[in-house]
Amino acid sequence: MEKKARKLRRSIIKMLEAGRAGHPSGSLSVVEILTVLFYKILRLDPRNPLWPDRDRFVLSKGHAAPALYAVLGDLGFFSEDHFSTFDHIDSILQGHPDRTKTPGVEISTGSLGQGLSAGIGMALGAKLDGKSYRTFVLLGDGELQSGQVWEAAMFAGYKKFENLIAIVDNNKLQLSGWTKDILDIEPLVEKWEAFRWYVTETDGHDFEKLLYTFRDLEEKRAGAPALVIAHTTKGKGVSFMENRVEWHAKPMTDEEVALALAELR
Amino acid sequence: MKNVSMRETFGECLVELGKEYPNIVVLDDDLASSTKCNYFCQAFPDRFFEGGIAEQNMMGIAAGLATTGKIPFVVSFGTFNSKRTCDQVAISVAYSNLNVKIVGAYSGLFSGKTGATHQSVEDLAIMRAIPNITVVVPADAVEMRQAMRAIVEYEGPTYLRVARDEYPILFGPEYTFKIGRSYTLAEGKDATIISCGILTGAALEAAEKLKTEGLSVRVVNMSTLKPLDVEGINKCAIETGAIVTAENHSILGGLGSAVAEVLVENEPVPMARVGIRDVFGESGPNSDLCLKYGLTSDAIACEVQKVVARKRLSKFK
Repeated sequence: MEKKARKLRRSIIKMLEAGRAGHPSGSLSVVEILTVLFYKILRLDPRNPLWPDRDRFVLSKGHAAPALYAVLGDLGFFSEDHFSTFDHIDSILQGHPDRTKTPGVEISTGSLGQGLSAGIGMALGAKLDGKSYRTFVLLGDGELQSGQVWEAAMFAGYKKFENLIAIVDNNKLQLSGWTKDILDIEPLVEKWEAFRWYVTETDGHDFEKLLYTFRDLEEKRAGAPALVIAHTTKGKGVSFMENRVEWHAKPMTDEEVALALAELR
Repeated sequence: MKNVSMRETFGECLVELGKEYPNIVVLDDDLASSTKCNYFCQAFPDRFFEGGIAEQNMMGIAAGLATTGKIPFVVSFGTFNSKRTCDQVAISVAYSNLNVKIVGAYSGLFSGKTGATHQSVEDLAIMRAIPNITVVVPADAVEMRQAMRAIVEYEGPTYLRVARDEYPILFGPEYTFKIGRSYTLAEGKDATIISCGILTGAALEAAEKLKTEGLSVRVVNMSTLKPLDVEGINKCAIETGAIVTAENHSILGGLGSAVAEVLVENEPVPMARVGIRDVFGESGPNSDLCLKYGLTSDAIACEVQKVVARKRLSKFK
């Protein structure tokens, strides 16, 4: 999985280079989470993106789209040839995930705070149809400042959505600075537990711990939706981006691209 | 003419359609007994979801449900389901192009005296401006039933206005509602009143009054604001040369604006808009609100006289 994660990071950098725009550090921080989910946990069929029994994944922090595209391309939902068209006009790879253009994208996101509600709708569909697929929603930590997230959390906890798993990419940064300085979202564990969620925390860059956490959920949560707080580093994998606030949405110079790719060889 | 409740009709019809279409589900935000989707709750408790006073979440859930093949009706007051949920409608529903039926109840000014916060004077402007949304405003209970069926059979994001109170039946058994098609309820050649929703009744009354004054006025019901019956509008302009629009909505952004946009680009003729004149509403009985805010057959008739006078003076044909 380490090799896979490295490859995915290289794809992210190349996409961002091709588009000359995008969100580098927020995409890099979710790579291990997506690797574990998409290669070990989610039941999917890349040749049949609308397979009715598929597990659902919603990238609520839509600006991490390059990371999602890297995975979907690698899995064969579409050809990796499309990577070089990221953010180009007419591209199937939009700056934020577009359900109508990209195979494998369940719902269009990018306006923060909406993904968890949509995920609940998908989980509800499963309940109505008696299906066993699970719905995973990946949120940003800054995104938790958004009110709709809490409406969704309240609803899911109250209605005991045990087929719903939310993950927070807790990289501690947002566009303008450290989350704790902009609008502190802590204490997260207590908040989500008060909303009747089962909450667990893990190292968001440790494959074994992530895998164990996801697998362990099934036993531990007893009829509640689950939240995985994944502690991550924004910009992980590229030394000059790690924990630096300015890399939220900055295009790289050619030198920076070369440096990044060298580190990810 | 017997008056029939629009919201009761909506509530009953939702149950009827629910029997035929097992994929229909309904989402409510603690307004079910007002919007009358409580009937659906009673009939199909497993397909009715109470979201509480959390409209944004409810809209998102509807979008998620639509991705699984369900046909969600997300029901609230027009003001909340357009303003409060605007971004969710735009992104989760419309941009994602999902088959969600958004219902705006207590539409326009007639909100059971609850006042400006519960009235929707701008919901049509909002919905019209968002791409991918079909916008329907039924004029009576007959059209409500047919429109609801058409909406269920149509696949795509839809906004349906549901008025609160009782209104006369305007359509007979020969009427067939079709999304995007306007309907001529009264023929005429001196001017046309293009109306939607519950002002169509007032439009017909206005035409009757004007007949006694020697004016032959056409009345066209335009229940679909999007996609607009552009051909129908142009036909009225060409054949009658003067147009007045009438709606239970602001004169900014709704039916009047839509018609004006078409006329200016195709057949510019003297035109006037009857509607709420860019003000918030207030509390009061419906009849008083109509008088104060100019939503009466007299107000419509007065504007018709003016556009006809302009037509006669104007250099346009």
